[in-house]
Amino acid sequence: MKIIELKETVTASNDRDAAVLRGELKAQKTLLVNLMASPGAGKTTLLERTIRDLGEKYRIAVMEADVDSDVDAKRIESLGAKAVQAHTGGMCHMDAGMTRRALEELDAPESDLVILENVGNLICPAEFDTGAGKNVMLLSVPEGDDKPLKYPLMFSTSDVLLITKTDVLPYFDFDLQKCCERAKKLNPRLEIFAVSSKTGAGMDAWETWLSNAIDSWNA
Amino acid sequence: MHEMGIILHLAKTLDETCKEQHLKRIGKIVLEVGEVSGIMTDYFVDCWNYFRARHPRLSEAELVIETTPAVTYCSACRKTYPTVRYGRECPYCHSGETWLVRGNECVIKEIEAEDEDEDP
Repeated sequence: MKIIELKETVTASNDRDAAVLRGELKAQKTLLVNLMASPGAGKTTLLERTIRDLGEKYRIAVMEADVDSDVDAKRIESLGAKAVQAHTGGMCHMDAGMTRRALEELDAPESDLVILENVGNLICPAEFDTGAGKNVMLLSVPEGDDKPLKYPLMFSTSDVLLITKTDVLPYFDFDLQKCCERAKKLNPRLEIFAVSSKTGAGMDAWETWLSNAIDSWNA
Repeated sequence: MHEMGIILHLAKTLDETCKEQHLKRIGKIVLEVGEVSGIMTDYFVDCWNYFRARHPRLSEAELVIETTPAVTYCSACRKTYPTVRYGRECPYCHSGETWLVRGNECVIKEIEAEDEDEDP
């Protein structure tokens, strides 16, 4: 027996797979957005509205990652966007290998934007690089403004924070400014948009950001 | 479930290392796990003992975990302090402008392995 020093992170094999996948997606001009949030934060409702607003300008496809069931994929398909259901087989997150298999099923090169709706969970998805070009997280008003303190990794690995369900702000003790400060402290380059997918408030700013991200990735 | 996902990747990473470095089998794996990495070490070892059987080169590998202390840096008074004891607020100047320096990592420090051409 000999001793070999590795000093490599345990998820090194996934990091390598993710970097390769990201390179391929860049070359084929497809922006992959990894959407992460708790169950019930409004991921699918946000997607429905975003697809309705941007669906004519861009070819959009969605990968729904769930432990089981295909209810979300059916909702997306009813809007005319392509959708595939990726089952994680009991796992609490998507990794680069699972993402690649789902992309193959989707025929991704035909899309300008592919959105991966990750498993509803604020912990594990943050640990595994999926190969996405941008990471976007949702935090809904009913979840509370203290979440950046409880799930710091999710906030530090995201490019965008969408604070959703702002239409119910009057009914909750949610301090929008405090929440933004806490999130920015963890991640100074985080872009924050407060939106309501129901009323459409704030959706313009998010969709402008997304359009710019697609254009610069696919340029 | 979280531990299970990490274990699957650990096995894959080590399997790749075996192929690259022409190793016949691994006898011991030493992991450095930070105090605030969120990994439950007992459960992590149980998961490993279950999954290692799937990989012939890893099936006898013992997982040894070395816990590394978490350290936080205060950018207001420029001192460092133990994270687990004091949390986010600096115990010296009570500032909240603090950053985790280390303690959330999960790194394969070293492995004990046998070469393919070595006699048992």
